[in-house]
Amino acid sequence: MIGGLFIYNHKGEVLISRVYRDDIGRNAVDAFRVNVIHARQQVRSPVTNIARTSFFHVKRSNIWLAAVTKQNVNAAMVFEFLYKMCDVMTAYFGKISEENIKNNFVLIYELLDEILDFGYPQNSETGALKTFITQTGIKSQSKEEQSQITSQVTGQIGWRREGIKYRRNELFLDVLESVNLLMSPQGQVLSAHVSGRVVMKSYLSGMPECKFGMNDKIVIDKQGKGGASEEAAAGKSDLGGSGGGGGKQSIAIDDCTFHQCVRLSKFDAERSISFIPPDGECELMRYRTTKDIILPFRVIPLVREVGRTKLEVKVVIKSNFKPSLLAQKIEVRIPTPLNTSGVQVICMKGKAKYKASENAIVWKIKRMAGMKESQISAEIELLPTNDKKKWARPPISMNFEVPFAPSGLKVRYLKVFEPKLNYSDHDVIKWVRYIGRSGIYETRC
Amino acid sequence: MPAVSKGDGMRGLAVFISDIRNCKSKEAEIKRINKELANIRSKFKGDKALDGYSKKKYVCKLLFIFLLGHDIDFGHMEAVNLLSSNKYTEKQIGYLFISVLVNSNSELIRLINNAIKNDLSSRNPTFMCLALHCIANVGSREMAEAFAGEIPRILVAGDTMDSVKQSAALCLLRLYKASPDLVLMGEWTSRVVHLLNDQHMGVVTAAISLITCLSSKNPDEFKTCVSLAVSRLSRIVSSASTDLQDYTYYFVPAPWLSCKLLRLLQCYPPPEDGAVKGRLVECLETILNKAQEPPKSKKVQHSNAKNAILFEAISLIIHYDSEPNLLVRACNQLGQFLQHRETNLRYLALESMCTLASSEFSHEAVKTHIETVINALKTERDVSVRQRAADLLYAMCDRSNAKQIVAEMLSYLETADYSIREEMVLKVAILAEKYAVDYSWYVDTILNLIRIAGDYVSEEVWYRVIQIVINRDDVQGYAAKTVFEALQAPACHENMVKVGGYILGEFGNLIAGDPRSSPLVQFNLLHSKFHLCSVPTRALLLSAYIKFINLFPETKATIQEVLRSDSQIRNSDVELQQRAVEYLKLSSIASTDVLATVLEEMPPFPERESSILAKLKKKKGPGAVTVELEDGKERGELNGGGDRGGDAAIAASNASTPSPSADLLGLRSTAPVSGTTPSAGSLLVDVFSEAGPSATSAGVNDDGFLSSAPPTVASEDPAPPLPESDELLNKFVCKNNGVLFENQLLQIGIKSEYRQNLGRMYLFYGNKTSVQFVSFNTTVSCPGELQSQLNVQTKTVEPLVEGGAQVQQVINIECLTDFIDAPLLNIKFRYGGALQNISLKLPVTINKFFQPTEMAAADFFQRWKQLSQPQQEAQKIFKASHGMDTEVLKAKLLGLGTALLENVDPNPENYVCAGVIQTKAQQVGCLLRLEPNAQAQMYRLTLRSSKDTVSQRVCDLLAEQF
Repeated sequence: MIGGLFIYNHKGEVLISRVYRDDIGRNAVDAFRVNVIHARQQVRSPVTNIARTSFFHVKRSNIWLAAVTKQNVNAAMVFEFLYKMCDVMTAYFGKISEENIKNNFVLIYELLDEILDFGYPQNSETGALKTFITQTGIKSQSKEEQSQITSQVTGQIGWRREGIKYRRNELFLDVLESVNLLMSPQGQVLSAHVSGRVVMKSYLSGMPECKFGMNDKIVIDKQGKGGASEEAAAGKSDLGGSGGGGGKQSIAIDDCTFHQCVRLSKFDAERSISFIPPDGECELMRYRTTKDIILPFRVIPLVREVGRTKLEVKVVIKSNFKPSLLAQKIEVRIPTPLNTSGVQVICMKGKAKYKASENAIVWKIKRMAGMKESQISAEIELLPTNDKKKWARPPISMNFEVPFAPSGLKVRYLKVFEPKLNYSDHDVIKWVRYIGRSGIYETRC
Repeated sequence: MPAVSKGDGMRGLAVFISDIRNCKSKEAEIKRINKELANIRSKFKGDKALDGYSKKKYVCKLLFIFLLGHDIDFGHMEAVNLLSSNKYTEKQIGYLFISVLVNSNSELIRLINNAIKNDLSSRNPTFMCLALHCIANVGSREMAEAFAGEIPRILVAGDTMDSVKQSAALCLLRLYKASPDLVLMGEWTSRVVHLLNDQHMGVVTAAISLITCLSSKNPDEFKTCVSLAVSRLSRIVSSASTDLQDYTYYFVPAPWLSCKLLRLLQCYPPPEDGAVKGRLVECLETILNKAQEPPKSKKVQHSNAKNAILFEAISLIIHYDSEPNLLVRACNQLGQFLQHRETNLRYLALESMCTLASSEFSHEAVKTHIETVINALKTERDVSVRQRAADLLYAMCDRSNAKQIVAEMLSYLETADYSIREEMVLKVAILAEKYAVDYSWYVDTILNLIRIAGDYVSEEVWYRVIQIVINRDDVQGYAAKTVFEALQAPACHENMVKVGGYILGEFGNLIAGDPRSSPLVQFNLLHSKFHLCSVPTRALLLSAYIKFINLFPETKATIQEVLRSDSQIRNSDVELQQRAVEYLKLSSIASTDVLATVLEEMPPFPERESSILAKLKKKKGPGAVTVELEDGKERGELNGGGDRGGDAAIAASNASTPSPSADLLGLRSTAPVSGTTPSAGSLLVDVFSEAGPSATSAGVNDDGFLSSAPPTVASEDPAPPLPESDELLNKFVCKNNGVLFENQLLQIGIKSEYRQNLGRMYLFYGNKTSVQFVSFNTTVSCPGELQSQLNVQTKTVEPLVEGGAQVQQVINIECLTDFIDAPLLNIKFRYGGALQNISLKLPVTINKFFQPTEMAAADFFQRWKQLSQPQQEAQKIFKASHGMDTEVLKAKLLGLGTALLENVDPNPENYVCAGVIQTKAQQVGCLLRLEPNAQAQMYRLTLRSSKDTVSQRVCDLLAEQF
């Protein structure tokens, strides 16, 4: 279990120090600072073992969060907790920065007391936390309210309180995906995967029972065998996602995790996702796919060395989705050699600039429709050096945002049942949005 | 230095540095640096010319980035360009960049050298200095090659500025240290030495560092510096503190220079010229006087400077070791420091006194401080100072104060730091042994030592106790009694049990008369400790038990019972089990007289260097040499025995080689037994044939006082010396170095040096084949009476000699008295499975210990007449076997070690020599006359010496040479 939690600023000064167990001494704080933050060589592993003590750290901008333990804990659990902790802090006071942490340190200690108990993670649902940990000082709550909070926090459904009422029952679903790619210069895919999540924002009255369906291969195959009637029903209630790839019917999900509200027993037995959602925003599920990924962009690099002092680079990008869709925030980053002394760039579309501080040419395009192509050419002047080391040619990386799910995932339905209050599935207004973003999207040159 | 003009501020650089300092994170810093590098690259692109100022600025930025830890792979060319600028600041930055960043194998080095050359030949002193500093900072071989010839010229040129001379001297020093073969002073030597007379103190200070370094390498060439240094020193010492203005440091005139001068003088023996010597002594006295004066300032710098000179002067006095007056004064001065407030001073005083104690003149003076030193040992807070105090106590110890010092050290041992305990134990053990008048005191002391600091008593110490007890009959009974009493303590150290087991096993009978220590009581006492001991000690105790069976037949049944018990006879440790089985069998089968023969009392150990001393030397390194020499003087008093520890080491390193010590352990004592009582003998052999392999390992074990015979192979005995070894010996009469022996496998080179009655010989064994030699083993033995005439110590060599490799062996020789034979060197090794066995005579002849004596004609003839008794003269007339070349003859006579006296003999054709042969016992004066007859090709050689055997031997040796 987690023995303690420390937050440092970029200099290694301790901002927050909370020790949960006696086996963590005072010197643990310094050990991490000395061996990780101020290490001579950058520490790349997120888990560091110092004197039989394990440190798990994540970094948010300039802030280090480190969980420390002497026991053999589940590392994934610790990181999950650290990320959750970041989410909670962001939900409370916005960006995690030194300034914000210093201004909210009382709040942070209060939160830490609530979400970790003797090193065991507790309810870290932001919505639930916000009901009883507030920034506005102690709000005198009525007895009724207090008992309500108690019953909620201790009850079976800790993430939702009873008696919520909305005039309009509304829910929003966001499918957010990030595509990761490594491609050889010849266009061969060396590795590719999509990690995605389904985020749900619900404004529903009462305690609604929801059922979520998507084009999961296993479910579709099973239904295909089971009977066409339900298939038809499913088809009718398809909320319609306009995939870029088109005709694909089902996708193979490699692995997925769910929000605590989802009934896992039901998922295991029938592979159906049913749950009572928390009020407001929550991340319903996370998943990863590796097969049949739609790659929204193709990068074709062309690098030619002209003598010792000149390099010619030509990069073509092709968009590979329906022409009706528009990709946004496109950014191509072309690394330059370390002895670059000058760069001339010509591009048809967007803006390109040589950024010396990052040793790269950054080419930005605001918007680009599908099935188009655009190119940039650059002349890089080099300074002759007496160093024989050859330039390592780092890959060209790319950032973008497209309005579809590159994994091919489609939401087939989301049904809402509320037997006590009298509204039906049809009365709920549902919205679905697909956003595909680039993760590490690289092409070697 | 030219004033920095306003435009040289380099705002861009300042902004850049402050940007870097303000960076919030490492990433931000890297970004900023990348940006700057790109900017500099675009500036250095070469399409537009940069002015000197911006070039300097960018090179500065690059330098800063490099010093932050980032790689810089460009800008070198621009830095080199800066060298040719006329502005001081630009040149300076250029040189700075090059000193920091250019590695020696850079291709730019030619360009750089060119620029340096230009600067050196310019008349501008600042530029010359910059260039010299750059050479010194880079200090590569290329630089040395290019400038080693040029710099001495600058150094001694009359028109060179003083500051340049300083730089040149230090630059030359650096080059000399980096590549001494390239810096040849040759014709400059005397002019460099005369820099000591330079008016500028800075130049003198710089030059003296150079001279000290050069003269330590070839002292003869720089001999003239002694008198100059003395006069310079006397001028500084006698000057009033205000005379030297800039070079007076807190009222002390030129302290650094004085120290360096004193250090330079320590490279040389005392000056022979009386006037110079007088002046130097005067200086040293003045320095000692000044130390007594009240301080002119309360500042710590003042006393530091003064003490630095004083300590350096004392080192010089100790180095000369010839002025009793000064030595005693130095000692008194140091005595004052012993109680100084300053820890460092106390430390230094103790350290210097340690060396003073070894000088015969000041030994007594040092002894007067014994109380203070003992006090320091007890009360000092700093452990390093305590360590020095212990060293000093050890050094100042002699017969008169040994008891006191040993007692003090013993009492200190109880509270001593763990780090120095082992060394202290060794020292106590050595002192107790060396100055033991009364051996019961010695035994008491060592037993006390084991009681107090048992964990730190090394094997050697208790081996030594046993050696001494065995070798001295008068102390055996006392030892047995004391050990018995010591063992009665409820908890005693394992080392005590070892000593007790051994001594009671040998001499238990001496105290058996007393009913309180009857045999059974002794046995029960020993056996009560048995179960608490480690395996080697248990093995030793088992051997003690079997000895008990021999000494006290009445204990036989009890002991057999113990041996028969499962915990012995079925012990999981092979060694213990085997001993139990064998001893049980031995005690039940062998008859009493066989038992008595086998388990006879250990024979006395041969006298050898104390193994403890060897251990201490090993611990302390070369620093302990003085102690060793002093110890040599005392050797006569030692009644010590052999070196069992050493034997064990030899046996362990090569178990199958019968070392001389094998006999000591009684390994061959079965032979006579089988001769007298054949039946019992064969029985014994049976027992041993069973026990064969482990018995050898018992010999390896330190306590093997039971005898057994290892398989002795005839071919492993040392081979008889090669027939030509006498010839080889003659080859080395007049020379010390050369190839001693060579065949198709092995080459033995030799290098030797002699001083007084001591010699050191380096043998180099070269493996000429490509196959490794295994079990390579060399032994040096002194046959017959030579053993008492020469003391030869060898270090063992590695048993493996790789193909083509060379191993070195050092042999220390001490001439005790005159001798005739040469020691034998036996070399054994296996080459491809075949045993090679070579014996040679080591070229150690009596003439090696000659010391040349210069004397005038009158002296010579007077002495010649004094040695007129017929047996003092040896004469030989022989035919010349080589040509009669004058120079060759002279060289040979000089090589003999004598002084060749010119203009003594009335006939200029004749050669006359004189020398003294130094042996430990006596000094033998020796006069020689060689009369060649060119017509007859004959020589007449006459030798006279105060000892007949010497005359004869030297005559014989020399006759073979011509």
